[in-house]
Amino acid sequence: MTAPSAQPASSTAVPAGQAVPVSEIDISCRLPLLVLFVGAAKWLVIGWIFALIGSVKFHSPGLLADYAWLTYGRVHPAFTNSVIYGFCLQAGLGVLLWLIARLGGTPLAHRWLVVVGAIFWNFGVAVGVIGILAGDNTGFEHLEMPSYAATPVFLGYLLIGLCGAITFHRRRERKLSASHWFLFTALFWFPWIYSTANLLLVTFPVRGVAQAVIAWWYSDNLLVVWLSLVGLASVFYFVPKLTGRDFRSHYLAMFAYWILVLSAGWGGIPTSAPVPVWMPVLSTISSVFFLLAVIAVGLNVCESIGCSLRAVQGKPEVSFLIFAVIAFGFAGLMRAGCAMLDVNQGLNLTWFGPAMSQLNFYGFFTMALFGAVYVIMPRLFGVELPWPRLVRAHFWLAAAGVVLLVVPLTFAGIFEELNLADPQKPFTVVMHSTMAFLRVSTLGDLLLLFGHIFFLANLSGVVLGFYRARAATAYAEVTADLFKPAGARS
Amino acid sequence: MNFGPLIFLAAFFGLTCSWFGFVLTPQFQVGRLQQTNTIPAGALYPVSRPGLARQGLSVYRANGCAYCHSQQVGQTGTTCDVVLTDPGTNQTALLVALRKIRPALSESEDKELLASLPKTIRQGVTKEEADAAVKVLTSSSAKATTWIVPVGPDIPRWGIRRTVAEDYLFDYPVMTGSQRVGPDLANVGVRMPDANWHLRHLYAPRSAVKDSVMPLYRFLFEKRRIEGTRSPEALTLPPELGPEPGYEIVPKPEAIALVAYLMSLRANEPLFDAPVSVAAAVTSNSDTNAPSGGTSTPTNAAPTNTPPTK
Repeated sequence: MTAPSAQPASSTAVPAGQAVPVSEIDISCRLPLLVLFVGAAKWLVIGWIFALIGSVKFHSPGLLADYAWLTYGRVHPAFTNSVIYGFCLQAGLGVLLWLIARLGGTPLAHRWLVVVGAIFWNFGVAVGVIGILAGDNTGFEHLEMPSYAATPVFLGYLLIGLCGAITFHRRRERKLSASHWFLFTALFWFPWIYSTANLLLVTFPVRGVAQAVIAWWYSDNLLVVWLSLVGLASVFYFVPKLTGRDFRSHYLAMFAYWILVLSAGWGGIPTSAPVPVWMPVLSTISSVFFLLAVIAVGLNVCESIGCSLRAVQGKPEVSFLIFAVIAFGFAGLMRAGCAMLDVNQGLNLTWFGPAMSQLNFYGFFTMALFGAVYVIMPRLFGVELPWPRLVRAHFWLAAAGVVLLVVPLTFAGIFEELNLADPQKPFTVVMHSTMAFLRVSTLGDLLLLFGHIFFLANLSGVVLGFYRARAATAYAEVTADLFKPAGARS
Repeated sequence: MNFGPLIFLAAFFGLTCSWFGFVLTPQFQVGRLQQTNTIPAGALYPVSRPGLARQGLSVYRANGCAYCHSQQVGQTGTTCDVVLTDPGTNQTALLVALRKIRPALSESEDKELLASLPKTIRQGVTKEEADAAVKVLTSSSAKATTWIVPVGPDIPRWGIRRTVAEDYLFDYPVMTGSQRVGPDLANVGVRMPDANWHLRHLYAPRSAVKDSVMPLYRFLFEKRRIEGTRSPEALTLPPELGPEPGYEIVPKPEAIALVAYLMSLRANEPLFDAPVSVAAAVTSNSDTNAPSGGTSTPTNAAPTNTPPTK
């Protein structure tokens, strides 16, 4: 698209205070982001295979029953960890680095360190997923990877994060945008929560139910705060860029930022939790405050695209981002509704719980990242996406998949809750009444898997196209002499 | 506002607040919890799980049982029952008192009731109403007590009271679970006290629970050729599930430990922060140095928790 194939001049040639050409920034990001994005896409496909194995087990519980490593209780955390750490955080870091470099008008600092960090990260996640399958699950949801895997993951993050911070520091564009605030905060947020959770839950565990509280705090800070910070930063950057309009309001975006930073970190403790009552109450208040951020983001994005879907037409990348914003709103509404309206305190323990979290990390974050990666990848390599139609197909598969996954589970959860309120109804009867919904959601999983394969195909296509073009050029240069007349050689 | 460290300060401030709130304060409030006393029996609670059950906890963790089974019983409130335990000496006065409390019932029904004490006189009333009724009854020399009965959709199904922080005091990791694909297990040791049932259920869930969606845990068992006599631990299975003749299915140590853990899950003792009136048979030694529960936690309770009134 924009990046030329020729190597541009080094950044040292650019006078201080003046932005470096974007092509040079893209080239500085090329290898590190390639490692991060392809690694992430690979984990997404792997994770979804685990998800399907887990999903099928509900329909035939006897499947693969002789293999301990394929039991549901191991495959399910293998899925969530592959998707959260393998895809969400890894691809999120890639987008974060590119945005920090582009917004700051400066090339990515110490790109080799990022590559080393990404290798550490992928190695850690692989060891962690194998550890979970082998039965070394820590027992804390979303922090299942054993400590021997958490160490390389943490180191990898530190290396990548350090490069991000240095790039931020070296920015030539001094003015800070809203996306800057979101991204730089996310950069610090993860190492703090990850080290706290690992130290207090795994290395020097605290006693009793304080463990559960810290585990909930960690999950919430990771899945709600971190994912929202990075996802919204990409939405705020890409939506105006791709639709060619101005970003509506910096102040609305900053309002959403402060709501996220000050109140979203207090969520996550369910109303049914066996803890002193002030904790779930604070979490409920936090989930209501979160709605303010939802409104601010909704208004901002809506006015940025002129409140009409015409801006989206013919641009599947923008469709991903707009879908993400809608899912962000619904996920916030579901969280607040679950905390506020659930008088029986059991809704979060039904299928409604997975519906909420899938909508947040799949409907919102992953969709926002797909949009961002589809924009970034061609720019990095200066090649068009090889199969643009697959992008459109991916969007429709993913959108249908999310709807088919989340809507049936939501209804299954509500029915389950209503039926369980009648003590005369046997539990197995209630569970069986939800199985029809679950079958539909397996279909959603399947659609998503196809979408992910298209994603991986397009990413690989970009890389292959780039290297094929390079190889052709190199071959032409090398062989140019061979075809000249003998007399012309000197 | 183009000053980078400002963002760091904002992030630091936001995260510090939430860290103080949900990491440090819970550590001070519930992380330093000590054993408590059951009320009214005064026994120490909880006691650490036996060694085998602790091994079972790690089998439970490794196989991710917590993804389908929660261990948290909720409760939406409490109501009170009035239980008449002893008619006393003045039956005429008692019948008059009963008239006042339950004007809808006839005198002959009241006499029938007095023949088979203890009986619940009022059910599902507020604490004030229950205490007033107890006062009326005791003034006629009869003995009556107020029972505390937790209510909520979880209560009759999963346990008799809500779970509280003390229930998890000695467990590592604490797995409260996030979803109920299967039943809540906070009280499974009370509901299902048969170890053989659990073993059979793990090996072939549908032989124990019709239409169960639980996966089969066949890898926790081994198929062995019967050498001489049958092993005493071997499962007794219906012929269609059992192995071919000459073989037997024997639980591995992991299965035995897991069942020991499941049997140790009993979050049902009455505590100060989760009061409930339980049958006398469970908490009978009221002569210990237990803190007094006052009128809200009676000691001389009736044989069942919710005796029928009609």
